[in-house]
Amino acid sequence: MSDAVWVLGASMTRFGRYPDLDAVDLASQACIDALADGGVTIHDMDILAAGTLFQQSGMGQRVQKQIGQTGIPVYNVTNACATGATAIRTVHLAIKAGEAEMGLAFGVEQMGKMGLLRGGAKDETNVYEPSGRYGAVAPIDGILGTETMPGVFAQAGMGYAYENDGVGFEQFARVAYKNHLHSTLNPLAQYRKEFSMEEIMGSPVQSYPNTLLMCCPTGDGAAAAVLVSEERLRSMSTEVQDRAVKISASVLTSDPWVESGQVQPDVNTLTRNAAAQAYEAAGVGPEDLDLVELHDCFATAELIHYDNLGLCERGGAGDFIDSGAPFRDGRTPVNVSGGLISKGHPIGATGVANVYEVTTHLRGEAGDRQIEGAKVGLAHVIGLGSACGIHILEKAA
Amino acid sequence: MSGDAHGDVKTIPERLPIVDYLQLGDDPHLLANECTTCGARYFDRRNACAKCGAAGFVSVRVSDRAVLTAFSIVHRAAPGISVPYVSAIVLTDDGTSVRANLVGLEDPMKAELGMRLGFTIYGCGTDDNGTECVAFGYATV
Repeated sequence: MSDAVWVLGASMTRFGRYPDLDAVDLASQACIDALADGGVTIHDMDILAAGTLFQQSGMGQRVQKQIGQTGIPVYNVTNACATGATAIRTVHLAIKAGEAEMGLAFGVEQMGKMGLLRGGAKDETNVYEPSGRYGAVAPIDGILGTETMPGVFAQAGMGYAYENDGVGFEQFARVAYKNHLHSTLNPLAQYRKEFSMEEIMGSPVQSYPNTLLMCCPTGDGAAAAVLVSEERLRSMSTEVQDRAVKISASVLTSDPWVESGQVQPDVNTLTRNAAAQAYEAAGVGPEDLDLVELHDCFATAELIHYDNLGLCERGGAGDFIDSGAPFRDGRTPVNVSGGLISKGHPIGATGVANVYEVTTHLRGEAGDRQIEGAKVGLAHVIGLGSACGIHILEKAA
Repeated sequence: MSGDAHGDVKTIPERLPIVDYLQLGDDPHLLANECTTCGARYFDRRNACAKCGAAGFVSVRVSDRAVLTAFSIVHRAAPGISVPYVSAIVLTDDGTSVRANLVGLEDPMKAELGMRLGFTIYGCGTDDNGTECVAFGYATV
């Protein structure tokens, strides 16, 4: 018997805006639904991992008060936009270590309309005093370049365009066109509206080349997954076993030193490293993937991750999108959920929600957006700072 | 009367660099902390080198000439920041990446990947004591 870990149950709330609920409500709903989906209860769980970036501390225990205080260990995790993947990985590690047979991981965020992330406003004090590790006398955002997310990821895309041919504004816009189009089929997406290339390229520029329709929204939502050891799974009914999805790889990396890393976060190397480890662990290659959910916080980000995940030839991300390969009817469908750009990006939830999405396709339960015959899928997230999580999932044999 | 009972009088500087790795004076330039073991450069103070782990650093001057390797034209920023501006990542001729604004372009859309740039400084504000804040940027050469 292998020591694989399986997804037994998974769920997500629709992403959007929930002014009448709080983050505990959203997380509890996702957890209750994931447990029911797996045909188990909170009393079967040996461990709980809770992922959130912006909420008050102790989220795991606060959710336990709503779904069952059973005294199990709770790990509250935060890892930027890779927070949700880190929660899953935490449960995965516990099962692999033999300390748990079954566990629950969730991610949640309630962001409301936070607007632009990062980028400091000018402060009120008006006497210059050096402070911090750079001895700055004033906020540097907007003076020594940008610290805003649309800008940082714009630069990541433009860095790729500098090194490779066939990449420009139109290629980045086409990524957003695809994801908005895909989202029209996903009832769980925050936005479900198709936009033309002209509308995308003509929407207000945030940080060129990223226009408004090329940026993910802020929002609220939660997702949860129940993980189980192979041994425990085999004691369950064949019906349950048939719906379980195998985690063939669970990988977390951080950013290794690169020369430019101190001025421009490197989102590439850690993704490439995570992908190499994940393909090795799963014994599959990018050509085997039937669908990919990757971290398209901005259109510029998705394009460079085609290359980082090996979905295209090295340097060929522009051709890849132009050829239609990542569209849902293409060679390697990418972000058939609508991606972060249109499905939404409640940060802590994202890394669990993409595992939910891939799981749902592998089970053949994705409804209108189902990728027919999907057997292998990859879920990727990256958070600045930096952390990258990749899970490769496979349909039960 | 300014100063305290012990007679320490704070002199108010005429100008200050926005960050301490900007060296003003007759020949303004950037300074980096270079690892004496592997040569990796840092603009902030480091406890040890992120590349090799050694703890010895020496201050070195960074080349004034550079090439534009990435940029973004920022139209949306926090309140108080004037937009649009061009945020740039440049690679200096001695191989150090720097982030700063591209300055002096009449039209931001004229920024082009690979364009040659030179280091420059400019005033970016004044505090209540009348001290000028000096920033650096890159301009086409």
